[in-house]
Parts: sequence; structure tokens; C-alpha cells
Amino acid sequence: MNKLLTISPSPHLHGDASVKKIMYGVIIAMIPAMLASFFYFGIGAVITTLVAVVSALLFEYLIQRFMLKKPSSITDGSAIITGILLAFNLPSNLPVHLVIIGAFVAIAIGKMSFGGLGNNPFNPALVGRVFLLISFPVQMTSWPTPIASRLTYIDAETAATPLAIVKEALKNGEPFSQIIKEIPSYTDMFIGNIGGSLGEISVVFLLIGFVYMLIRKIITWHIPVSMLGTIFIFSGILWLVNPESFADPVFHILTGGAMLGAIFMATDMVTSPMSIKGQIVFGVGIGILTVLIRTFGAYPEGVSFAILIMNAFVPLINTYMKPKRFGEVVK
Amino acid sequence: MLKTFPKGGVHPPETKLSANEAIQVLPIPDSVTIPIAQHIGAPSTPVVKKGDKILVGQLLAKSSGFVSANIHSSVSGTVQKIDNVPDSSGYKRQSVIIKVEGDDWDENIDRSKEVKDDISLSKEEIIKKIFDSGIVGLGGATFPSHVKLSIPKGKTAEILIINGVECEPYLTSDHRLMLERSEELIVGTKILMKALGVGKAIIGIENNKPDAIEKLNKVNDNSSISIEALKVQYPQGGEKQLIKALTNREVPSGGLPIDVGAVVHNVGTALAVYEAIQKNKPLFERIVTLTGKSVSKPANYLVRIGTPISAIIERSGGLPEDTGKVINGGPMMGKAVNFLDAPVTKGTSGITIMPDEESHRGIIKDCIRCARCTQVCPIGLEPYLLMTLTEKSLFERLEKNDVMDCIECGSCSYTCPSDRPLLDYIRLGKVTVSKIIRARRQQ
Ligand code: SF4
Ligand code: SF4
Repeated sequence: MNKLLTISPSPHLHGDASVKKIMYGVIIAMIPAMLASFFYFGIGAVITTLVAVVSALLFEYLIQRFMLKKPSSITDGSAIITGILLAFNLPSNLPVHLVIIGAFVAIAIGKMSFGGLGNNPFNPALVGRVFLLISFPVQMTSWPTPIASRLTYIDAETAATPLAIVKEALKNGEPFSQIIKEIPSYTDMFIGNIGGSLGEISVVFLLIGFVYMLIRKIITWHIPVSMLGTIFIFSGILWLVNPESFADPVFHILTGGAMLGAIFMATDMVTSPMSIKGQIVFGVGIGILTVLIRTFGAYPEGVSFAILIMNAFVPLINTYMKPKRFGEVVK
Repeated sequence: MLKTFPKGGVHPPETKLSANEAIQVLPIPDSVTIPIAQHIGAPSTPVVKKGDKILVGQLLAKSSGFVSANIHSSVSGTVQKIDNVPDSSGYKRQSVIIKVEGDDWDENIDRSKEVKDDISLSKEEIIKKIFDSGIVGLGGATFPSHVKLSIPKGKTAEILIINGVECEPYLTSDHRLMLERSEELIVGTKILMKALGVGKAIIGIENNKPDAIEKLNKVNDNSSISIEALKVQYPQGGEKQLIKALTNREVPSGGLPIDVGAVVHNVGTALAVYEAIQKNKPLFERIVTLTGKSVSKPANYLVRIGTPISAIIERSGGLPEDTGKVINGGPMMGKAVNFLDAPVTKGTSGITIMPDEESHRGIIKDCIRCARCTQVCPIGLEPYLLMTLTEKSLFERLEKNDVMDCIECGSCSYTCPSDRPLLDYIRLGKVTVSKIIRARRQQ
């Protein structure tokens, strides 16, 4: 018997998981929320999403081709995710050139400067978003009104987000029970009929994506649940202590990108901890920081900063939060 | 809820193509090559020389230490030579090559089919006999069985576990054995219980073999032996995982099953023990599965040790056109074969033939830190980290991160979406770390 046989060490089987499958799975999970953003913000949302995705892909391609001289990996889907996530974090009336700058910062600085997919410590889309927020605070905090602004883009009619309204009013000493009457109902928040960035408004559609990712085992529940649970409990305690000067916990969960952050950004596998224990610590940390920034910080919105700060702790968490070993000798 | 181990594991496609194929006796080849080292431990010392006339079951090589095993002839004939011959991985091993003449058995071996139930030998006699018969772990590990039965001072055996899990995809030799040799398996289990002096034994079987579970339950006449169905989850048959699943005891890191009072033997070993004790038959044949998606007749054979692997492949219709890889064992833990005329040894539980399209690995990509390897590791290790530490030669940290506890099950490499060769690197790391540990002990 003579035949050239392949020789390699075991295992000789490989499961069906691949980077592409995971990335495209995440993209599918983002589609419901993306369609919701098209529904509420119309043309502006479509333009912003398209520009963000195309420029993310283009920058990744150009950098790999001409600077790193490596084979291109744009088909793995991760640049598309960064593009969509960036768009999810922008208002629908943001001028095109700012969207392009955001995509450039996300891909070039947030991702490629660290060595590309898998090596970046910070969530690239958030790096892009925070850069824009700090550099262009005015454009980044004007929010088109949903549905009414469907057919307009730059000159869309705008309104403040519920989170901003509440923050401002609480600072002026208005009681929360009064403010709550002036903002959209919780039902509107749940279905997404509120002002805000593209992806943060429609809680229900984000949840559909979450369930999809859980079923396909793309992510586990630990980060989203620990993060949202912490926001709920922490803001709940503050609210119980003084129901008039703090917003209630349901409000905190439903607004300001808490869902978006918990489901799609904190769960970014590259920038989150490896062990279950570590993931829970990470989620709790984001939750605490979010409430602290929202209630005591200068910005009404805290999720992005909270996630980026906790991203920085991931190596430390990975070092100290090991999975429980089988047969660990109890000391 | 079926019992299983608590952490990690994967579920590769079971692909048990030969599950319904009754065991056939493979014809005796013209010549056999019997390596003198078919077990973990010291190679044995040959006691025959060129030109000697040999009977089936005659001693060819004597055990050369406590952790070593006798080697017997599987055929009758003349010793042609004692030479270095490649094994299935291509390493040259000293082997006795015998030209087959007839099939004359040593007259002390009882060749009747009748199942002998009464165990007349004493505990010590049983262990001695198992040693004399050259019995080693037939699940693939080939650890000399008498060593596992000799309980070290200060430890006590409380429970015997018979491993009928067969969690490797494709392989069905243990399955068929449990179905077709059930009575003998039960007697073998009783013998092992007597040798250990334990009052309880569990036969653990994955739930994808309901016929074997049913059959064993039917023939089992001893209330201290129980038959347990286990969840289909790889590596359920790993010693530590199996003990945990069945008894909820956790073998400590770096320890042995006996540290928690357990002794594990494979079903094949239990049958060999039966034959040795009740029939006076040393270990010189075993059941081998020949399988693969393109194999025309996947089957289970009773094979004399020393038969060339190629002879089994021929019997099942020859090597398929699209063959890319031949594996000695199953696809998760087996070793790739590069010499098809190499002999079947005591550890050959099956030969799996993979089509070319399934024989190659994917392109290695960067780790995306998805934590899947960590989630599936049954030992709770961090394979991605162990690989990185090996790459960077950070052996001290590698040891601190418990690399030596890896059971080399391959679940991590199997599951990695970036096709990273995690286990390859972990093995490399283990080699260096064990050298470091040995050097430290010597100081
Ligand atoms: S690290 Fe070792 S024990 Fe863990 S999954 Fe990989 S091969 Fe198995
Ligand atoms: S499974 Fe692969 S990609 Fe995922 S963390 Fe482990 S090594 Fe990295």
C-alpha cells in the first residue's frame, strides 16, 4: 500500500466554528436594530450606516494592503461589525465627513494600530465614537426626532434624548416624578420611538438580536446580564434613597445605550475577559461606572466611557480571574 | 438527567459507522511483527531467537520491571528475525517477526466457548496471572494492568470503574465487545473486583449505545455491579472525567484515581482479564474497528497482535481513493499513521480513515479571544494562554498555569474558530516543563 498520507498530531477533527461564522452571526443579530433605525430615522440612518460600513472596510483594506502589506482580512466580517456599531453610536444627522473620520479612527487607531482583529484592547467602534464626541460635541449631541425626521438628513428636526432631559432637569432641582411626565413613555423607549443614536433607541429589537446570539452560542449571557443587573440595582438603590432626585432603575435600563452597550459592545469578545468569573466582574464594573457617570459625571451618557475604562482592566482581570481548575487542590 | 462531567467538553459528530457490524475474525496473516514494547513503561526482553518454533500464546519477551509487560505470540510458526521495524508512526521498534505456520495453540489455553463463572484464584494469584498474561490497558493508554491493581501503601481502593464509554467518534470496538461478550465482561469485572477487594463496580457507558446498556443489564447477575448510562459528551471516557461523572469525586491535580479510591479499567481490559484468569489465555488478540466515511465496509475485527494494519484495510475493501489520512485510534486522540504495514499492537482500538478533504487543517488566524477554548476545556485550563506562553518560552508561568494537568483531549483545538493549533503547542510546552520539573526533583 503506497500513498502519500497526511501526518499531523491529534485532534484530527475540527468543529464547525469559524471567525467568519461568528462575525456574520453578530451582523445578523444587529439587523433588527438596524432596520428599526431605518424606520425611525429614515434617510439619515441609511446614509450614516452605509458610509460607516463602507469607510470601515475601505480603511481596513488600505491599511492592510499598503501599510502592513498583509493579506486582506476584510471578508472576515469584523470591519463590517465595527462600521455598523459605529453607526449605531452616531446621530442620524451627522455630516458624512464626520462619519468617515469616526470610521478612520475606529479602524486605524482602534484596531489596526494594535495589530488588527484580536489584538486591540479597546472596542474600535467606541474609540471612534468617543473621539467624535470629544472633538465634535455639538454635532454629536444633536438628536433628530424619530419618524418626523425620516425624510431629512443634516437639517433634521432635533430634540434632546430622554437621558439628557432628565439629567438637565434633575440638575435644576426638578423632582423626578414631575420630569417623568415630560419625557416619552417607557413603552416608546421600549419600541424605540425616542431621540438618540441609531442603535440605542429600540430596546426590543436589540433584545431580539441578543436572543439570536444566545441561541447560536455566539456570546454567553454573563456580561449583558451582570452589566444590566448592576445598573438596575445600583440606580435602584439611589432611587429608593431619594426617589425625587434620582431617575428610577427602569429608566436607566431603557435609555442611553445601556442595552446597546450590554448586548453588542461590552460583549465584543476581543475586548472582554475570558473566564466566566472575569466576565461577571467586567459586567458589574461597567454597570457601576455607567451609573456613576450618568448621575454624577459631566456627560448624561456613561456607557461608552464605562466600557472603554473596563476594557483597560481586561488584562488584569484575565490574570486574576482564572477558571476553576479540575481537581484544584484546596489550600 | 444523564450523568456527565461538570465542566467543558465538546460533541463531535459521532459517526459510529460500524456500530451494527458484528465482530468478525480476521484471517491470520502470513507473517506477524510483534514489537517488544507495546505498553507504557520499560520494553520487554526477548526470550526467543531466530529459528525458534513458536506456539500461539507462547512467551516472546519478558517484562523487564514493575511497569512493563510480557509479550506473547499471537501465531504459531518460526521466528524469522528480531529486528527494528517501523511502528505506525514510523519510529523503529525492536520486534519479533514470525513466519506463520498453521494455528497451533499452547495446550494450556482453554479454547472452549463456555463461559466460566466461578473464580477460584485468590486476590494475589489473580494479580500475578494478569501480570504473566501481559495485560495492559486496552482503551489505548496501554498502561500495564497489574500496576493499577497493586494498590500503594496508605491508599485504599473503594470502587472499580469499568470504562465502556467509547467517546471517540467512529470507534465501535468496545461497543461490540459489550454486546457480544457481555457475560464474559461481567465475570471479568467480578475478577477485577476480587483483585482489588472492592465491593462495588460501575460500568459506565455513553447513552448512544442503548443496546449494550440493555444487554449488560440483562446478563448482570451481581447487585454490586451497576451499569450507568452517561451523556454523550467528549471526553466522557477520560479517566478523571469518568470518575467525576460516576462518583462525583475529583482526582486532585497531579494525582491518580486511587487518590479518591477509584480504579478504572477499560471493557477490553476486563475481557482480557477474564480470558487470562478463566481460560489461561494471554493477551495476543484484540478487537479493532476499521472505519471511515469512504471505507466500503466499515467493520469490527478480532485481530491477532502483529497483523499489518494494511491487512485489515484490505479486508474492508482496500484503501479508499480519496484517503488523506489514516489514524491509529479515533480522530480526537489517535495518531496519524505513516506506515501502513506497521503492526496492530495491544493499544490499537481502531483504524480511522479520513478522506482528503477532512485531513487538512484550516489557516491559522489570530486569536480573537472568544474564550471558546477555555469554555470547552474539561480541566478548566486556558488553552489560548498556554499556547502563547509556549510560543514565548515562558515556562515558569506555563507551569504555574497548570499546563501539566492537560489531558490532551484536543477539545480546545477542535473548537477554536481561528484554527489555532492549541494542543500542538501545549504538548510542546508540557515536554519542556516536565524536563524542568524532573531537573528540579533531581537537585
Ligand atoms: S488544554 Fe488540554 S485538557 Fe484542556 S481542552 Fe485542550 S487538550 Fe483538553
Ligand atoms: S478558541 Fe481560539 S480564538 Fe478563541 S480564545 Fe481560544 S485560541 Fe483564541
